[in-house]
Amino acid sequence: MDATDRLIVNELQGGFPVADRPFAEAATLLGIDEDDLIERVKRLCDHGTLSRFGPLYNAERLGGAVTLAALKVPAADFQRIAAAVNAHPEVAHNYAREDDLNMWFVIATETPERIAEVIADIEAETGLRIYDMPKIEEFYVGLRFQL
Amino acid sequence: MIPDRIDKLLLRAIADGLPLVSRPYAAVAARVGLGEDEVISRLRRLVEGGIIKRLGVIVRHHELGYRANAMVVWDVPDGEVTEVGRRVAAYPFVTLCYRRTRRPPDWRFNFYCMIHGKDRAVVLRQIAVLNWQAGLARYPQAVLFSRRRFKQRGACFDAAPAREVA
Repeated sequence: MDATDRLIVNELQGGFPVADRPFAEAATLLGIDEDDLIERVKRLCDHGTLSRFGPLYNAERLGGAVTLAALKVPAADFQRIAAAVNAHPEVAHNYAREDDLNMWFVIATETPERIAEVIADIEAETGLRIYDMPKIEEFYVGLRFQL
Repeated sequence: MIPDRIDKLLLRAIADGLPLVSRPYAAVAARVGLGEDEVISRLRRLVEGGIIKRLGVIVRHHELGYRANAMVVWDVPDGEVTEVGRRVAAYPFVTLCYRRTRRPPDWRFNFYCMIHGKDRAVVLRQIAVLNWQAGLARYPQAVLFSRRRFKQRGACFDAAPAREVA
C-alpha cells in the first residue's frame, strides 16, 4: 500500500459520487486518473484490504432489524459453535471476546420477526442460550479508519 | 423517505458492491432493467434520505492494522445514560456508541463504546480518559477486547455477468 492507496481509503470512506462517471469525479478530487483509481480499488479489494466497495445500508430504515448477540461458549467447543453460528447468512460479524460471554455477533435480518427465528435456530443447533442486546439509542456511528 | 419496490431491487443489486468500471451505475442499470439516469436519481434519493448511510470504501480494519478492538461496557442508570452518551460521543477515538438492552443477572451493562485502535496500551489510556474525564469511572464496567474475528461479511463486486432480476 502506497500513499495514493492510503489517500483513497481515507477519502472514499466518507462517500462516493452518484453521477454518470463517479470514478472520474472522485479521481479528480484525489489528483489521479480515473483508470488508476479503478485499478487501485480493484487491487485493494483483491488483497482483502477492502471488504467491499459499495453501500452501507441503514437496515432498520429498510424495514429490517439488527441486534447484537452473545454466547457463553465452552473453550473446547469454540470452532464447532463458530461454524454453526457463521453458517447463518443473517450473521454479519462474529468476534471472540474476553469475557464469560465470549462470542459476540451481529444478526441482521430483512424483517424484525426473523431475528427471533434466527436466535431460536442458533439456540437449537448449539444448545446454548443467546443473550440478545438490541439497540435502544444510538449516540455515535462514525466508524472510520484513518491510515 | 420510504423505499419502494424498485428501490429495494436496486439496493439488492448493489449490496455486494458497485461494479468497478467507468460507468458503474450504467452497469447496474443494465442488470436491473432500468435506465442509468433513473438508477442515479434513485440512488441519490436513497443517500440523501439516509437509507444508504454511506457509499464508498468499506475497510477490513484488522488488515489495516487496527487490531486492538475493545468493546467497553458500563452499567449506567437509565436516567443518566442519554446525557452520558452525548458526552462520550464527542471523543474522537470512540468509533461507535450505543445504549442497549440489559440482560440481568448475567449481563447488567447498558452502555457500549467501541474503540478500534492499533495499540492496546493506547486503547487502555483512552478508556481511562472516558472513566476519569468523561465521568464514567463511578459506574460498573467491563472491557472486552476481541481475540479473534470469525466472520466479517462482504465481498467486492467486479464485472459480474449480466443477469435478469425479476
